[in-house]
Amino acid sequence: MEDTSAALRRLADRVRAAASDGAALEIRGGGTKRFYGEAPRGETLLTTDLVGISSYEPTELVVTVRAGTPLAELEAVLAARGQCLAFEPPRFAPQGTVGGMVAAGLSGPARASVGAVRDFVLGVSLLNGRGEYLTFGGQVMKNVAGYDVSRLQAGAWGILGLLCEVSLKVLPVRPATLTLSWARDEAAALADLLRWSAQPLPLHASSWLDGRLCLRLAGASAAVEEARTLLGGTALIPEEAARWWDGLRDHAHEFLQPDAQALAQGDCLWRLSVPAKTPALALPGRQLIEWGGSLRWWRTAAPAEGVRAAAAAAGGHATLVRAADKTCGAFAPLAPALLRIHQDLKTAFDPTHVLNPGRLYAGL
Amino acid sequence: MNAAVRPTELLGELARILPTRAILAGREDTAPYECDGLTAFRASPLCVVLPETRAQIAAILQLCHARGVPVVARGAGTGLSGGAMPHPQGVTLSLAKFTRILAVDPVACTAVVESGVRNLAISEAAAPYGLYYAPDPSSQIACTIGGNVAENSGGVHCLKYGLTVHNVLAVRGFTAAGEAVEFGSAALDAPGLDLLAVVVGSEGMLAVTTEVTVRLVPKPRLARCIMASYPDVESAGAAVASVIASGIIPAGLELMDKRMTAVAEAYVHAGYDLEAAAILLCESDGTPAEVEEEIARMSAVLTQSGATRLEVSTSETQRLRFWSGRKNAFPASGGISPDYMCMDSTIPRKRLAEMLRAIEAMEGKYGLACVNVFHAGDGNLHPLILYDASDADQRHRCELFGADILETSVAMGGTVTGEHGVGVEKLNSMCVQFSAEERGQFERLKRAFDPQGLLNPGKVIPTLVRCAEYGKMHVHRGALPFPDLPRF
Repeated sequence: MEDTSAALRRLADRVRAAASDGAALEIRGGGTKRFYGEAPRGETLLTTDLVGISSYEPTELVVTVRAGTPLAELEAVLAARGQCLAFEPPRFAPQGTVGGMVAAGLSGPARASVGAVRDFVLGVSLLNGRGEYLTFGGQVMKNVAGYDVSRLQAGAWGILGLLCEVSLKVLPVRPATLTLSWARDEAAALADLLRWSAQPLPLHASSWLDGRLCLRLAGASAAVEEARTLLGGTALIPEEAARWWDGLRDHAHEFLQPDAQALAQGDCLWRLSVPAKTPALALPGRQLIEWGGSLRWWRTAAPAEGVRAAAAAAGGHATLVRAADKTCGAFAPLAPALLRIHQDLKTAFDPTHVLNPGRLYAGL
Repeated sequence: MNAAVRPTELLGELARILPTRAILAGREDTAPYECDGLTAFRASPLCVVLPETRAQIAAILQLCHARGVPVVARGAGTGLSGGAMPHPQGVTLSLAKFTRILAVDPVACTAVVESGVRNLAISEAAAPYGLYYAPDPSSQIACTIGGNVAENSGGVHCLKYGLTVHNVLAVRGFTAAGEAVEFGSAALDAPGLDLLAVVVGSEGMLAVTTEVTVRLVPKPRLARCIMASYPDVESAGAAVASVIASGIIPAGLELMDKRMTAVAEAYVHAGYDLEAAAILLCESDGTPAEVEEEIARMSAVLTQSGATRLEVSTSETQRLRFWSGRKNAFPASGGISPDYMCMDSTIPRKRLAEMLRAIEAMEGKYGLACVNVFHAGDGNLHPLILYDASDADQRHRCELFGADILETSVAMGGTVTGEHGVGVEKLNSMCVQFSAEERGQFERLKRAFDPQGLLNPGKVIPTLVRCAEYGKMHVHRGALPFPDLPRF
């Protein structure tokens, strides 16, 4: 505890000093997501001295953990008690931290059925851009005291505050899981996914790539067995299934990891977040579908405007995840009314723009 | 606020935006709007407007913005924290005419509804497709989705199905300046900061909601409920922890203490065990095989935790009867006492029994009775303090009793409001839960959305002065100076 308070004081001093000098700080945990979003800049401010689980009681379904704690460490502690982070955050490398997980707001294959990181954030302690140590939310499931500043931090990429400690809702690991697969073309796969999602089935994750549709069921063993009989398909052996879903979750699959040569030739990895019922998108290149049709990953060298326009026409947005050149902007541009609120919120939390400036959008 | 605006002038300008029937200015016409479900706090608005189109709302907000006039948005007025209490110099903006269900999409499993649509009406519209809207606050027959968004409402099934924030995809509306804005999207996420997460639960302080896109979920094929009796609150509390520890997330997990059970039983004849010190309602839903598996596991855990009686519903009629008492806890309490004050704190589940004992001690201290219902699954406590509002001394003791419960909750690691909101009721308690710096951050967040502070002013975030005064009172609790002074 002594170490944590000393580390907190040191971090707060650094933030205050930066605020008075107008210097930029790059908040960094394991540094595993620096490729994502706009390029980080500024002096490095490491959160790795803020480590350890401050409290964990499985019967409360809540864990409170310091931001610099490796995600792998937290997951191991939860697994030992039969619990998990249900939203399956990606682990791009072993040193990724809990703070980075929340700041990036990225969720894995189970997102469409269980929710995203933000849905599991119950509370945070953070340092704002004035170096003030503030606590919002708490360790309880239901809390509407004041604005929900905690959930706002999920996916904020650290531009509103340096996360010091977070409280997360955890869930029991589902008793039974089973992955089924079918040969399906894109349109048929999308139609199946939509049909199933409107039925009371224990759906947990889905994917479509290169003519193969995969569906993970998870729940009470009776429910999984019933669904298996109902849906048919070919069951994957557990090891193969785990490898497949982990590959998607951690972006270890080759589709999500274009190599240096491909990137140099203009190949890009796009993430299109669209309504699930969006029909097959007509874009050049190869695609991978997740989240029951809500997430479409595209490998393409097509110009950014075309990709963004296709996503917008479907009622969604497109993020440029991996590319040699991100001058078009990593994240989709905001509507003017929203941009103004973003700018004013940034100033409300970080008046001199020292925390991860430009990491989400230029000027924030 | 611009004190220079004359009411007659403002009414004249509103009359250019709205037909006469949509403006209520006479005292007798605005009286029904003086308070929400928290009747102890009242104020008379300058006027009430009932716009029928989005264009009218934009124009009203633009006018009020230009004139510096406060605006208080209002749904069904069922809120329990005074969040919709009018501002004496402000316009109450009723969304009562925004009751259209714009689309139910059984393929995408979404519905787009106007903000004045009642919570239950959404599930009714979705029912033909085997879908429903999951959050089910007890007031769901009357409360509106706009109000649910403002309060981040939960309900008895939110441990498994989530709160409003987990079930809303997008909110359309207007900023304080009357500019159209949309938070979230029809997709699972939107670019930039997650403003939807902060707008949900913001009690009408950040934007005016006119339209909401909600997620619908397939109706489970079967639901069954276990009613378990316990000889003391300690064993009931331990049973709750054991159910969770066994890896089950029940669809609902509710606790009622003995007196609440008796009150509810007299009101609806649900068949509750009147001998038990506490009863638990523990529900499972899903496919028949899944429910059977879960009910068996839950029954074993509940028995092992010392249940003296266990009854499992065998029909939908019986299940609904089990719930009828719980759902009618508030009106039932209204039947045995002239008034009641409903508290809404959340505590870590493990402190449940300790909290109920503390409340028991407070009953003696403040000389008022209290009955308890508890969303045990998620730690959300609803003690109902029984009092007579026409008796100033009782009113005062009730206020102190309530504040004591909230402060005890914070001391136990909980929060002053789980789902009813801060409104005007818990402003003082916010001083206990948050530091001056944290409240300052809330205030700056508010200004990012509403620079002039015109949306629902005076709610949610207490001023520094107020907290300083409360700090002083706090020291001398029990001997409050000037007890007749209005404290809001």
